[in-house]
Amino acid sequence: MIFSFDLLTNAIVSGILIGGFYAAMASGVSLSFGILDIVNIAHPAFIILGSYAAYMMNHDFGLDPILTSIIMLPAFYALGAGIYQIYYVAFEKRGQESLRGLAFFFGLLFITEVTLVLYFGVDYRDVEASYIGPTLHLANIDIPLRIAVPCLVSLLLIAALQLLLVRSFIGRAIMAVAQDQLALRLMAVNPIRIKRIAFAISIATASIAGAFLIIIQPVEPSVGRDYIGRIFAICVLGGMGSLPGTVIAAMLIGVVESLTSTFYGPSWAPAVSFGFLLLTLAVRPAGLLGR
Amino acid sequence: MRTLPFLVISLVVAGLVFAGALAVGNDYIFFAGYVVLQYVVLSTAWNILGGYCGYVNFGTGAFFALGAYSTVAIYNLIGKNELSHVIPIPVLMLVGGIVSGIVGFGMGYLTLRLRGAFFSIATLALAVVLETLIVNWDYVGGSRGAYILRPENAPLIGSYVRYLFLTMLLLAVGSLVIARLIERSRLGYGMATIRDDELAAEASGVPTLRVKLIATTISGALMGMAGAPFPYYIGYLQPDSTFALDYAINAIAMPLIGGTSTWIGPLIGAILLDSLQQLITVTISSAVNLLIVGCLLVAFVILAPNGIVGLFQKYFQHKDDDFVGRRPASLDEPPAVAPSGSAPESPA
Repeated sequence: MIFSFDLLTNAIVSGILIGGFYAAMASGVSLSFGILDIVNIAHPAFIILGSYAAYMMNHDFGLDPILTSIIMLPAFYALGAGIYQIYYVAFEKRGQESLRGLAFFFGLLFITEVTLVLYFGVDYRDVEASYIGPTLHLANIDIPLRIAVPCLVSLLLIAALQLLLVRSFIGRAIMAVAQDQLALRLMAVNPIRIKRIAFAISIATASIAGAFLIIIQPVEPSVGRDYIGRIFAICVLGGMGSLPGTVIAAMLIGVVESLTSTFYGPSWAPAVSFGFLLLTLAVRPAGLLGR
Repeated sequence: MRTLPFLVISLVVAGLVFAGALAVGNDYIFFAGYVVLQYVVLSTAWNILGGYCGYVNFGTGAFFALGAYSTVAIYNLIGKNELSHVIPIPVLMLVGGIVSGIVGFGMGYLTLRLRGAFFSIATLALAVVLETLIVNWDYVGGSRGAYILRPENAPLIGSYVRYLFLTMLLLAVGSLVIARLIERSRLGYGMATIRDDELAAEASGVPTLRVKLIATTISGALMGMAGAPFPYYIGYLQPDSTFALDYAINAIAMPLIGGTSTWIGPLIGAILLDSLQQLITVTISSAVNLLIVGCLLVAFVILAPNGIVGLFQKYFQHKDDDFVGRRPASLDEPPAVAPSGSAPESPA
């Protein structure tokens, strides 16, 4: 019985740690889908792009992956701003975001993925850093640093984002753009500019989430697909655009997945997030901390 | 044109296609043609929900795979009696269609009362969960995959691949007739109103949920029917590749490139795009093939939102550039009030 209790606590702890990492992946979608109503299906592909950026800098110059991802933030920010500009001119302005906008992002997903395949091939890549090998042992609980470090940095990142959203002028404008664009215009703020900034920030988080991903597991261009359902499930469960909700939902899904793969076998774990998604949509569409 | 003459004409065209393929005298044309026809069915099916109703389904691969795995299940069920060679493909199509149709209905029922984007995301996740189920279901091969022995010959026609080609050809004709029938019926007009403005449709008395559920069911069923003969075509079915998103991108790209508002758009898109893909797969590589599909999709949705059909209409009828089947949006200014989502919320 003692053995299975250890197993249980270990599963829960690793679930929470993985959940912290999921939260970093989902925070970008919470911004774009939750707040701006832009269904950015391609977000996981940008995360993979972040992974490969971290891989290149780590492989060529020995830079730390997380440090790289922070250096790469402006590049991803610019990429996001550019994509939003295209999206706005081609779809939002014409009122076609529902069908063609979705197809646009789906196309972007494939373009990013296949470009990476053509450039890097389909081999799994990984990075090297001092915290990737060792594991902390606290009592009977194992804490692998390769998951704990991303989890901690992820929580810091989300706290910073939340602070930005709640305290700064830009952040408040972003929250406002979700509620009433007209009112924002009356305050002499250009809602398009605010949305561009918000979307650019959401893509910038993909840089950091990508670094986490390649620290946690080896990456090849199409692994992002495994995360699409999970990320959106977290976003919906967390209440669409609420960052604290996203963290709670991510950890919840992380724990349940971890328990499922410990007690039923890892092949069942992918179904967990879908179960949560359907349950949320059917029972409480507003999510845990819905706005 | 009424439906009956249309049916006769398409059957004649189908007959000519089959005769032409026979005249080439090489079985490769049937192998390649089968895939093109399969995509005609898939993109037509996608377009019934996506093009007519405006709801994006990312789960084409899942519905397709459901059809394929229904066939594997039936094959395993009666394969032991050495009867497997005589199950007619149309029966398998029917079973696959029923299974996928039920799943499509269930998906729609759970998610379509909410905003449209939720449906799209749920279909994405559906592929993952169905794949998980299949991987864990040993009876249909699990993660190892399933082998299906393709009979050498079919009665009357000769080689089995010709038989597969013929059944898929008839299914393609059937799905085009269904799509055209829907387009010109009350149901189709109901779907068009949902696409244009769901709130207004609801207010004018269109039973939106019912219309959407009919659309998801028909669309899902046709995708399942397209998948049912697939195990016989491919010989070895593996969950990873059967549930792949590649089907979804093709099924979305083809109608959008051809034009989503009429039955002929997906047909044109599927024939053009898949012929191109067959060519690229043979001459360059299958990875480049997906890159080109992605680029074409993005280019078309940005530059020619009404697809090839729209380009033709503009060229020949000088249609107004802004007419895209939606509310005209002012081009100088951003919309004053943001559309609250991809589709207005309907009362749950």
